[in-house]
Amino acid sequence: MAIRTDNGPRDAAPAPALGLLTLFWVILARDLRVGLRRWTDASNSALFFILVVTLFPLALSPKAEQLRMIAPGVLWIAALLATLLSLQLLFRSDLEDGTLEQLLTLPYPLGWMLLAKTLAHWIITGIPVVLMAPILAITYHLPATALAVLTLSLLLGTPTLSLLGSIGAALTAGLRGAGVLLVFIVAPLMLPVLILGARATDLALGGEDPTGPLYLLGALLVLALSLAPIVAAGAIRVSAD
Amino acid sequence: MWTWFFRLGSPPHVYGVAGKLGLWFLIPALVLLAIGTWGGLVLAPPDYQQGDAFRIIYVHVPSAYLSMMIYVTMAVAGAIGLIWRMKLAHAVAASCAPIGASFTFAALVTGAVWGKPMWGTYWEWDPRLTSELILLFLYFGYMGLRSAYEDINQADRASAILAIAGVANVPIIHFSVIWWASLHQGPTLSKLEAPSISGDMLWPLLTMILAFTLYFLGVLALRVKGEVLAREFQSRWAQDVLRGSTSAGSK
Repeated sequence: MAIRTDNGPRDAAPAPALGLLTLFWVILARDLRVGLRRWTDASNSALFFILVVTLFPLALSPKAEQLRMIAPGVLWIAALLATLLSLQLLFRSDLEDGTLEQLLTLPYPLGWMLLAKTLAHWIITGIPVVLMAPILAITYHLPATALAVLTLSLLLGTPTLSLLGSIGAALTAGLRGAGVLLVFIVAPLMLPVLILGARATDLALGGEDPTGPLYLLGALLVLALSLAPIVAAGAIRVSAD
Repeated sequence: MWTWFFRLGSPPHVYGVAGKLGLWFLIPALVLLAIGTWGGLVLAPPDYQQGDAFRIIYVHVPSAYLSMMIYVTMAVAGAIGLIWRMKLAHAVAASCAPIGASFTFAALVTGAVWGKPMWGTYWEWDPRLTSELILLFLYFGYMGLRSAYEDINQADRASAILAIAGVANVPIIHFSVIWWASLHQGPTLSKLEAPSISGDMLWPLLTMILAFTLYFLGVLALRVKGEVLAREFQSRWAQDVLRGSTSAGSK
């Protein structure tokens, strides 16, 4: 069966004594270092986020009332698009330079290692978006309570987007020019996060209680955390064939 | 007693059986389709509220039902192929996708045509319509991923994983869309197809659902036949079939 995490060493040879947590940190630190060295890639998604958010007032109207109304949707759509844009870089270079095949030969669960990679990817591309969102939301005249909920919803939602995206990125890692295909595969799966995140912010904007959708966002995050790396591991095995 | 099962591993055998099965399903499907159409368009009385416009449910409901049923079939076939490495299951999954996408499209179009006289608009952001549209995107993603891989084994496994991930997400998508719509708008007219449907309207509907399902199975069998041939086109038996000895295969 392709979807599985291999527990324990595959070979009879004694495995290097690296605890699973240590392994996680090693991969995370390595990916962060690589990601920050290629800082143009990393900053691209943040810049893209700013650009999309800037386009809406220009295309619609700069009236404060209207901007406030569309702000939750616009910011969430921009965050989703920025995530989609950054996903292509998640496994591509690692597959090309052979890093992934090295990981595949390690006697550790692949899903766990992919989780570390996805987390690194989210730290590099997702956190700037989360941090920038409240600043951009101020230009949309969003009140302070809604700002807090927006940031919280993005903090809960964008990791889920990255995790769902890791499945699509793993499925298309070996394909040339898979950009649009990746978007097509992953975007429908991301819709619940978009709906819940934008609606939570919307509720806060209308002075209502946003905890319901925020809890659901948290639930989706837990679900994605537990299942997405396993599915992505199965997909990577296909791509690395 | 299991030989019939093991013989499913033999492409020429499957090729022959699928061809016969296709006819066995399609002929009753066409008969039932005729009966259901007659019952739905002629025998069933016009609805007291919607007049004759309601008759589109005889196409709309079976299409919508099949659009979802086929996606689940596709995911289950993909999972079987992935777990037991059964090539036939992958061929079935691959054959499901275009049929499912077509039924999804049919459900959307008939829904839009129905919406115009009933809701006064072709498109309403109704939860069912919206989830149906998302389902269409899922089908497109599946077919896009399949066609992107050149290696058929990779395509099989990758698309099976996608179908399984999709089927796990369908309920979440569906409920989030329902919840989204309930926040957005008041009760819509989408409860038109309430269970309180009278018997002389119901039996043509059930007949049509059965007919559509048989039609799906028939088309699926024929597609599987083609798929098996396409996968094996370099083999001896496939070359024989392609050269024109049409009866080849079953033995």
